[in-house]
Amino acid sequence: MNSFLRVAWLVMRKDLRVESRSWEMMSTTLFFAVSCVLVFSFAFVREGRAIEGAAAGILWIAVAFSGTLSLGPTFERERYHDALRGLLLAPVERAAVFVGKLFGVLLLMSIVEVVVAVLVALLFQAPIIQYFWWISALLILGNLGFASVGTLFAAMLARTRSRAVLLPILLYPITMPALIAGVMGTVAVIQIEPNFELARFWLALLLFFDAIFLTLALWTFEPVMTE
Amino acid sequence: MLLIGLVMFALAPLQIAGAPYESTMGLIQKVFYFHVPGWIVMFLAVFVAGISSAVYLFRQKPLADRLAVAAAELAVIFGIIGLTTGPFWARKAWGVWWQWDARLTMALILEMIFCAYLLLRRYGGPGSDKLAAGLALFGMANVPFVYISVNVWRTIHPSTSVVPQLAASAPGMFGPFVWCMVAFLVLFVVMLVARVRLEAQRAEAERLYLVLEEG
Repeated sequence: MNSFLRVAWLVMRKDLRVESRSWEMMSTTLFFAVSCVLVFSFAFVREGRAIEGAAAGILWIAVAFSGTLSLGPTFERERYHDALRGLLLAPVERAAVFVGKLFGVLLLMSIVEVVVAVLVALLFQAPIIQYFWWISALLILGNLGFASVGTLFAAMLARTRSRAVLLPILLYPITMPALIAGVMGTVAVIQIEPNFELARFWLALLLFFDAIFLTLALWTFEPVMTE
Repeated sequence: MLLIGLVMFALAPLQIAGAPYESTMGLIQKVFYFHVPGWIVMFLAVFVAGISSAVYLFRQKPLADRLAVAAAELAVIFGIIGLTTGPFWARKAWGVWWQWDARLTMALILEMIFCAYLLLRRYGGPGSDKLAAGLALFGMANVPFVYISVNVWRTIHPSTSVVPQLAASAPGMFGPFVWCMVAFLVLFVVMLVARVRLEAQRAEAERLYLVLEEG
């Protein structure tokens, strides 16, 4: 177990170091997320005010779209100089490699989410800061579910043609429950009269979703990555 | 079996025409004889695809992969039957062609997952079979989540209790319904077997080509 965590840590540290040299993923993803918020605000703002419930939707759409953008390059980078093969040939547990990659993506997505959440709070007068813990819990759990499926699919797609197109096609239908739970949970919290009972239900659903799909992803990573 | 299926489908319209009219829905109610079996068979196909994909991932049996492709294609086809017959009923019963109701949304998401599966198999290039197997497995695991998550929006779909009650409440409708149900199941099995055989023959043809080129 100790070596498992160590491998995961090393993979994550490597990814973050590569990222810190160029800031390529971080900057592009962040810019894209902000553009998403802007585009959707044109659709959902009427006479200076956003339609009720639009803020939650915009927040989650920005998270999902920018998440896809940051998932692609995590394995795309490994394709240069056959690094992916090296990573898979390493005498360590495959699942540890997956977990390392997953946490790298999670960290990047979380930074983007903080920025997007603050932006949505400011632009749509949504009480996101007041309910900081609720929104963070929803975002963290939603993010974990989305990224565990996404990391697995990005890994599987790394060797196929037209991967850039296929990733969102495969990812959105599968992660739909997590996105619905995230949006509805956020709506329940930030509406004029918050319904925490309902928000708790959505959090529980997200937790179950994460548990099942993280297990499935860890379980299938080994066979799908074997050539 | 193919013959039985053909005969059953040939006779199905007669059976349906002979069934009594439903008091409030009139003629439109009759899509029900194709709509419900279509969906039931689609769910069957989803589970066949999901389970055989899992078998393929962990046991590497080519047969399981062929079964998964066949079942996924059938899931899409029967899903289309359900999605096209449903709106006719919805227009009459709810006054709109589409409702964001739990079952409708779930069916649409499942349909999308399996369309994605077919797109992946078509455009994924080499190695996409395993990937697709992973996708089908995830798709199957998704069924309860999609159902719960969309069910919390309120549901207006007629509940499943309609079918078990049918034998007692409307014997005239029950006969044709069972007839269509069996016809759909027979069709499903026939198409599944035919598709698996086709896939096996294609693999064999590819192998022979390779042999020919090497020789």
